[in-house]
Amino acid sequence: MTASRTMLEIHALEKRFDQTEVLKNIDLKVGEGELVFVIGPSGSGKSTMLRCCNRLEEPTSGAIMIDRERITDIPRRDLDRMRLKVGMVFQGFHLYPHMSVLKNVMLAQVKALGRSKPEAQARALDMLDQVGLKHKADAKPAELSGGQQQRVAIARALALDPKVMLFDEPTSALDPELVGSVLKVMKELREKGMTMLVVSHEMAFAREAADRVVFMDGGYVIEQGPPDELFGNPKSDRLKAFLSRVSGNEAA
Amino acid sequence: MEAFLDTFFNIDIMLQALPLLLKGAVVTLKLCAVVIVLGLCGGLMLALGALSPRRWLRWSSIVYIDLFRAVPPLVLLVFVYSGLPFAGIRLSPFVAVVIAFFLNNSAYFAEVFRAGITSVPKGQSEAARATGLSPVQCMGYIVLPQAVRNVLPDLLSNTVEVVKLTSLASVVSLSELLYSANMARSVTYNSSPLVMAAILYLAVLWPLVRVISRYQRGLAVN
Amino acid sequence: MRFFETFFNLSVIEKYLPDLIAAMGVTLYLAVATILTGVLCGAALACLRAAGNRYVNFIIIMFADMMRALPPLVLILILFFGMPSLGINLSGEMVIYLVLSCVLMAFAEEIFWGGLTSVTAGQWEAGRATGLSKAQTLFYIAFPQAFRMGIPPLVNRVLATTKLTALGSVIGVKEILSVSSSAQSFSGSATPLTMAALAYMIIFIPAVIASHQIERRFRYTR
Repeated sequence: MTASRTMLEIHALEKRFDQTEVLKNIDLKVGEGELVFVIGPSGSGKSTMLRCCNRLEEPTSGAIMIDRERITDIPRRDLDRMRLKVGMVFQGFHLYPHMSVLKNVMLAQVKALGRSKPEAQARALDMLDQVGLKHKADAKPAELSGGQQQRVAIARALALDPKVMLFDEPTSALDPELVGSVLKVMKELREKGMTMLVVSHEMAFAREAADRVVFMDGGYVIEQGPPDELFGNPKSDRLKAFLSRVSGNEAA
Repeated sequence: MEAFLDTFFNIDIMLQALPLLLKGAVVTLKLCAVVIVLGLCGGLMLALGALSPRRWLRWSSIVYIDLFRAVPPLVLLVFVYSGLPFAGIRLSPFVAVVIAFFLNNSAYFAEVFRAGITSVPKGQSEAARATGLSPVQCMGYIVLPQAVRNVLPDLLSNTVEVVKLTSLASVVSLSELLYSANMARSVTYNSSPLVMAAILYLAVLWPLVRVISRYQRGLAVN
Repeated sequence: MRFFETFFNLSVIEKYLPDLIAAMGVTLYLAVATILTGVLCGAALACLRAAGNRYVNFIIIMFADMMRALPPLVLILILFFGMPSLGINLSGEMVIYLVLSCVLMAFAEEIFWGGLTSVTAGQWEAGRATGLSKAQTLFYIAFPQAFRMGIPPLVNRVLATTKLTALGSVIGVKEILSVSSSAQSFSGSATPLTMAALAYMIIFIPAVIASHQIERRFRYTR
């Protein structure tokens, strides 16, 4: 990890749903411009952790800092302002079906950020260009492929100039041949210096593009480190078991 | 507050009117039974007609459905009850009500059945025909059961509408629930009998309305 | 020929046509006022319900249930005959407008609420995650989708409710049905009733046909 400043810091995060403990004492730091990959079996709590980072899920205890601001202390009514700093991309895209692609990318800029319409439109077209979909600006989401929808969702988040981008299994709902286009956009983002926290099963992409990989299981962070180290020389039994299971699946 | 209670919730008057109202309620129930059964049967026939490959049958069914959906049921009722005597056809209030509401209801039920039948995928009837079922068997065993299940909330809410509709029979002096209540009102100069009638309607229809709401919510979640 | 004399007497038509056209005006403006009030307030109630205050929602649900379960004619009679006892005199037109607006409001609220509940959680989260407030997410993202989903049932309900303006004839509102029935008794001819039926067809058949189009258009698009 470079000596850059910390952009996202999770400290002693815990989350309980009724009696079940989903996250137990999570500590994690993401430096500015870093791409951190979170892997782990389903039910390990990785999505919940991600969703705590913009408080779509309320942490039970612990602290989360974004750009040195403690977002866990922000009163509920000020959440909207905080969320502008944190972009989120969902597994299911969640584009607004009744609006054109351009309007999807413009809406929060105008209504939440207070940009003027021409400014928001210029910015939206810019972002759509970045994800290679400027020519689809007037299309409805239903007319796009899954990969295209997900790229629009990325543009929608980017247009708000977030400090951190959260990706919640961004390629899991996509057909295999469409995954590449989304990963390409994410790689370009990293080269531009965006801070990113990614929950995903794309191991090959993690190996190639991540600065650091975090392995979670059963609500704990078990192991973390650079991808070569983590994949090449896993220390814990749980990670070893997980990796052999995943590579087995990939081979099949 | 006291004036309000005295006008709308006068217990003495309500109790006094109750026997008359219950007699009216029996007439309402009879009317409902006849009108609902006829409406369901007629609606099903019309829906099959509207989906028939025979052009004349299809078009005449569609025209019937649209025509009687366009005319307010009260207009139909007044027409049948006060208009037909001019042509020498004199009907008792009960028969006039049944005829008028049949024309109206069967058109509404037909729309529901038609939506239900078209909601069953074509593959279902193709599969049924491929296994040697006749068109009638295919409709009866395969298509209709699925169609009815798909539109059950609509059938139910249409049935609620029919029960509410029967209150219009009071206009042609059929002594059903609302007519009896209005009689009691004009005799006592007090609106409590009408409220009592409202309570009786609610007792039957409120649970149904609740069920419909639940059902629609359940569908929305799936 | 006698049939034609009875139901299509030209001199009777000529005599009562101006009255009937005026009555169509009354029916239309009652209908428009009802539709505007009912749909707008129904939408507002659904949005209010989405705010999720337990007590407010209880009241909304009670109101919607009552208005959907009670026959409108019962409500009309209660208001028309009961309110004067409290010193509140409402004109017949006012009573019709109030009752039909409330009925339509209740159904519209249920339709829009059903739509709101079927907007997926992901849509809400996407809105909130991009920094929109709960109210903004409701107005710009959830409600427009709920509205689209609600259009086909809403159109049907609007037609059904506006046809109930005929109930005005029971309390002396000079709309189509009451004007034609009094013309019928003055002229001793069934022709005015035919005119009434035709007048409703002129208004509602285009509406029914348009409703088919709208239904087809919105059924498959989300």
